[in-house]
Amino acid sequence: MRISLFIPCFVDQLYPNVAWSCVRVLENLGHEVLFPESQSCCGQPPFNSGYWDESRSAARVTMKAFKDADVVVGPSGSCVTMIKVFYPDLFKGEPDELEARELAAKTHEFSSFLVNVLGVTDVGAKFDGKVTFHDGCHGLRELGIKSEPRALLANVKGLELIEMCEAETCCGFGGTFAVKYAPISTAMDEVKCASILETGADTVVSNDSSCLMQIRGMLEKEKSTVRSLHLAEILASK
Amino acid sequence: MATQSADFQTLSRRYTADKGFRAFIQKGMSGYYKKRDLNKANFQDWQGARDLAAEIKYEAINHLDKYLLEFEAKITARGAKVFWAQNAESARDYILKVAEENNVRSIIKSKTMTSEEIHLNDALEKRGFGVFESDLGEYIVQLRKEPPFHLVFPAMHLTRGQISDLFQKELGSEPTDEPEKLTMIARAVMRRKYCEADMGISGTNFAVAETGMISITENEGNARLTTSLPKIHVALLGIEKVLPKLEDLSLFLPMLATAGAGQTMTCYNTMYAGPRQPGEPDGPEQLHIVLLDNRRTELLADAEQRDSLGCIRCGACLNVCPIFKNVGGYSYGTTYGGPIGSVITPHLRGLKNWKHLSAASSLCGACTEACPVKIDLHHHLLQNRRNGAKSSPNPLEKVSFGGFSLLMGHPALYRLASGLGRIFQPLQGLVNGTILDPLRAWTGSRKFPTLAPQSFQEQWKKDRGGKK
Repeated sequence: MRISLFIPCFVDQLYPNVAWSCVRVLENLGHEVLFPESQSCCGQPPFNSGYWDESRSAARVTMKAFKDADVVVGPSGSCVTMIKVFYPDLFKGEPDELEARELAAKTHEFSSFLVNVLGVTDVGAKFDGKVTFHDGCHGLRELGIKSEPRALLANVKGLELIEMCEAETCCGFGGTFAVKYAPISTAMDEVKCASILETGADTVVSNDSSCLMQIRGMLEKEKSTVRSLHLAEILASK
Repeated sequence: MATQSADFQTLSRRYTADKGFRAFIQKGMSGYYKKRDLNKANFQDWQGARDLAAEIKYEAINHLDKYLLEFEAKITARGAKVFWAQNAESARDYILKVAEENNVRSIIKSKTMTSEEIHLNDALEKRGFGVFESDLGEYIVQLRKEPPFHLVFPAMHLTRGQISDLFQKELGSEPTDEPEKLTMIARAVMRRKYCEADMGISGTNFAVAETGMISITENEGNARLTTSLPKIHVALLGIEKVLPKLEDLSLFLPMLATAGAGQTMTCYNTMYAGPRQPGEPDGPEQLHIVLLDNRRTELLADAEQRDSLGCIRCGACLNVCPIFKNVGGYSYGTTYGGPIGSVITPHLRGLKNWKHLSAASSLCGACTEACPVKIDLHHHLLQNRRNGAKSSPNPLEKVSFGGFSLLMGHPALYRLASGLGRIFQPLQGLVNGTILDPLRAWTGSRKFPTLAPQSFQEQWKKDRGGKK
């Protein structure tokens, strides 16, 4: 399959290894991976803040970049939600509404693509460690992704998954919310990190780098030894 | 910045800083989760029940004109008086008029959030009426001169010790740590009040159009006494509370109990169809139904968010909301707190002063998932944000997102900025966490991520030679 990779702007800038991990996993499965270089940002920050006109101009760049793609895959439940769930709302009544709907239909979150489209749950990965999984809210509640990452983790050799009590509780990131309401965002982060530490896991994994940025930010500040990795990075480990 | 927004910032900062308080609220909720899940499992199909409830509410809300008139005609035929109150003031005036015309002196109330919405107690007390809350939690917060902390659990923020101290101070009782004893102290006071009261004011959980009845559910038996001992019963309800058929209650009563308090059924479920009928030995001589609009019809006119009128005030969205659990009920400054309050308050009290509540959310969607009538709560928060940005944009945000849109709308500019970011990033390190740090809202509690030496885009270009 020819797969066009959708790399969210902050993954592009901060976590290129997450993007490479996706490339490796997909190529190992025998697929051709393309990266349309004209992509920038899906437009979620202004969308979530209420500035829909501003959001549309970023979103149009994304739509143009993937116009000819067969299938689009991204390693973020949140940014994929923006395309898959919110583009149809954002472009409702606009001349390019149909284009937005077409892109929404062919875009998939990474773990969901592996399991539900490719039918793969074992990518032949190996990772020694105790892992706990954080469900990013957008992936969980907007896209309904819950079992997919766990099915993939279950087949990683050497990996032990320990579920945390607050797996489905928001980490408190929420984009601009994290700075506009920093004390609330921090309180939510504290609840999340306490739940992670309670498991005794040495690594926290998620299918969303934005949540991991929030979680990692606090774990590092508190000098915790718990590592945080994107699901793709685990699946690309040998 | 509007006062309401500044107050929210101040109060939420204060409450989140109190870790003991947050732990107390979280612990209170964990007991609820267990009971709720147990009772959800008793439904043959909880998701199916939600679908059905949403459908019934859709029908009711979209035909309010028909069902409210049917309800009025049926209950009026049995001697009740129905008053249509356009706003809070007209509802208050009507209730005051009834009280004055009947020489009422003492008023007893059972739980009604709608009376909080119209600030009824204040109005009654100002006119010299004694007003007593009979719901235990409401009574406790009334003694403390506080509004309810939560739609369903008004005094959940207080420990037994605090309640004991309050009773000791206000009622002269002996200190105790036992919930049963605390209840008995309040009960002894209440029993006297029931007998003295010549008017009882209640809320309403559901109104049934088909039979012209109102339904009240409660756990303490206080609402039954409030509505049956005094000679006048006033029931206050928002116009959205009407259901088409009696059989709808067979779904909504257990659903409200499960979602609201983790119960199979609430202990007391009572239907009222009119005042004392000829030949009946007891019951109130007068029943007044006050149907409150108070800008609900404006929400009805908003096709996008009309479904929020389906709310049955169960509080399930508050109970799962990570914002509510960390900032508590008083930070909101509204009658209806939590996600449902953040959605409807801008409609009921004005977007300009209340839009900040829609921004104060990570949009996690736990509320929507929990809502038994499937109100699209977190998406409505997004719509409120959009409406707020359109009607009164924040100048700084408008400029920032204008810049963002310029940058992201032009991939070449985005790449240029990504290069510049790498040049300027070390400068942030010099001011990290200080007052000069533009990122201090983040860096105060979290480490800021560092830019990768090269973006993925640059690496890909180098590695794959521009393969698209």
